Amino acid sequence: MNTAIASRYTAEYQTIASSLPGQTLPWLRALRAEALAQFAEQGFPSPREEEWRYTNVSGIEKKLFAPSADITVGDINTDWLKSYQIENAWVLVLVNGHFSAEFSVLTDLPEAVSVMSMADALAKQPAQVEKYLGLAASQSEHGFIAFNTAWFSDGLFVHVPSKLVLDRPIQLLHIVTGDDAMATTRNIIIADEMAEAKVIETFVGNDSAYLTASVTEVFVGQNADLTLYKMQSESEKAYHFGGSYIKQARDARFTHHNFAFGGLLARSDIHADLDHASECELNGLYLGIKRQHIDNHTRINHLKPYAISRELYKGVLDDRARGVFQGRVIVAIDAQKTDSQMNNRNLLLSDDAEADTKPQLEIYADDVKCGHGVTVGQLDEKSIFYLQSRCVDEETARNMLTFAFANEMVDKVKIRGLHDMILEQLLTRFPQEGVNKEWL
Amino acid sequence: MLSIKDLTVNVNDKQILKGINLEIKAGEIHAIMGPNGSGKSTLSHVLSGKAGYTVTGGTATYQGKDLLEMAPEIRAREGVFLAFQYPVEIPGVSNIYLLKAALNSIRKHNGQPEVDAMDFLTLVKEKVRLLEMDEKFLYRAVNEGFSGGEKKRNEILQMAILEPKLCIMDETDSGLDIDALKIVAEGVNSLRSPERSFVMVTHYQRLLDYIKPDFVHVLAHGQIVKSGGPELALELEEKGYNWVEDNQAAA
Ligand SMILES: Nc1ncnc2c1ncn2[C@@H]1O[C@H](COP(=O)(O)OP(=O)(O)O)[C@@H](O)[C@H]1O
Ligand SMILES: [Mg+2]
Repeated sequence: MNTAIASRYTAEYQTIASSLPGQTLPWLRALRAEALAQFAEQGFPSPREEEWRYTNVSGIEKKLFAPSADITVGDINTDWLKSYQIENAWVLVLVNGHFSAEFSVLTDLPEAVSVMSMADALAKQPAQVEKYLGLAASQSEHGFIAFNTAWFSDGLFVHVPSKLVLDRPIQLLHIVTGDDAMATTRNIIIADEMAEAKVIETFVGNDSAYLTASVTEVFVGQNADLTLYKMQSESEKAYHFGGSYIKQARDARFTHHNFAFGGLLARSDIHADLDHASECELNGLYLGIKRQHIDNHTRINHLKPYAISRELYKGVLDDRARGVFQGRVIVAIDAQKTDSQMNNRNLLLSDDAEADTKPQLEIYADDVKCGHGVTVGQLDEKSIFYLQSRCVDEETARNMLTFAFANEMVDKVKIRGLHDMILEQLLTRFPQEGVNKEWL
Repeated sequence: MLSIKDLTVNVNDKQILKGINLEIKAGEIHAIMGPNGSGKSTLSHVLSGKAGYTVTGGTATYQGKDLLEMAPEIRAREGVFLAFQYPVEIPGVSNIYLLKAALNSIRKHNGQPEVDAMDFLTLVKEKVRLLEMDEKFLYRAVNEGFSGGEKKRNEILQMAILEPKLCIMDETDSGLDIDALKIVAEGVNSLRSPERSFVMVTHYQRLLDYIKPDFVHVLAHGQIVKSGGPELALELEEKGYNWVEDNQAAA
């Protein structure tokens, strides 16, 4: 990496450092300083790094994104913002990286549950934050994590205590507006032993070229059950980095649904560490049109015996879009009886679209059941003819089949408001003729 | 209804159909029998417009129009229905969705408004009962995970709902046990009408015990080598396909 870029950011850092949350906490000041130094040395990841080999972030390096000192909501259309709020959810809204109390819905929370902004958590329960911050996301992993640790201006903090089952989902609505803006946010989600919760991360923006750099650390306690949904529908000029780093305890269940729709260049990391008999399910759908570049990087670490992991990522790529899937499954020497299945299916709709897929199985135990499958292909001509023989014209048939391919992933979302929102996003990205919503 | 004259068809530069002549009038049931590889599926596919077949000569006229000129979906909307020998699985598209899409395409083609949702459901459920299927099938993806017999039944269900004028059934009996065969045959018989014609392609005469054809044609090596009434099927059953093939060789 270009150290000139890093030094521009580090110089810029001094001007905003005092406004960052938690700066009165010595441990956090030290952590941020360390991260800043790391970033100055590392910079943003380079394609020379194995786990970034298909994704070149030089587009980000060419710009100097500026953090906003405060929320600047003046130009936000309230109806537009509200259209992304999931009904019946507790909603925490971050605008340009800052908590908006005005748009958030945090009333009627069960007393024992914490759902608050990261800045609030640092003020009210700093010991809790200190315990978890950086525990699942390793700053040395790559430059975005170090960058995030140094810069984060706010985020979501969730703590669901032991045995508590939350019946409503929690939504983080992340909004960025303005060219060259940057929103760097850090989230912590903790589900204690036997707790159950659903958390939704939604990333949206207005039509500008901004940078989102978000890191979410997730801790799923023993026998707890956490589902995390992510839908990024960033502006088509935006850059998105969003990493989710998960630590599962014994018997913990974690399910992730990743919908990667927006951004000029978008990268998601989903890295999970599994303990004894943990269950981990990773689902993903990425849609690329025009010149989008969408990268999903998953890593499942089977550290102990008897854990189960299931992964299915699907990509639909049109125009000149490029989709990347790198899926690593690592089975440690102790992780006997691991049961793991990883699949990646890509549908190319144009000759200029590209899919790079790289499943990696690293197995050090000997008594395991691990499989993987990868496909990159076009629509099936037999299916098209079958639909034509049932009165459907060819273009509609193609649209129906494309939709059906993608909709398998949407159908897995059981929160109705979110399901409908994702469906809408899917339909606006591909020709809608041929898919009649009323008939679904 | 359908008039086929001197139809010759190539697949990959190899002649598969070598001059087919067939006249089908409204209300008639024609059985086309023949050994494996004789060109039965090729004929069914060419009539329904599947790509990959080159018509090198001859004509197929359907209700006075050049059938071979029409796109496959137009043929379907005009009332040509192919029940596939190997129905295709379409994950992610439910049976009911496809039925609605198909029916409304036909209605649009005929200048009619979309079918009323309640009427549609009533119609579909009635046909599901006729074919003794579980209503759950409606909401499952088209043919996905269906057994061979369920797939064939599903083809006939679609046929019953879309009410085509010309029904081409390619080996509908294969993969059906005797009970399912009876149900399917009943379904087909209930569709018989003076305005509707059937082309039943089959290898065995078993199906013809339940659906009585008006005419039987024997296809061998891409040609119709013999035509007759229902008794021809019985004769074939008795003497085997060698009998007609030998006749053809002698001729
Ligand atoms: N796509 C194809 N490419 C080459 N040969 C084909 C193709 N489809 C069919 N054939 C050949 O055409 C002949 C007729 O096949 P088909 O119509 O399927 O026969 P049937 O349905 O009577 O068993 C066979 O010899 C078969 O091998
Ligand atoms: Mg055949």
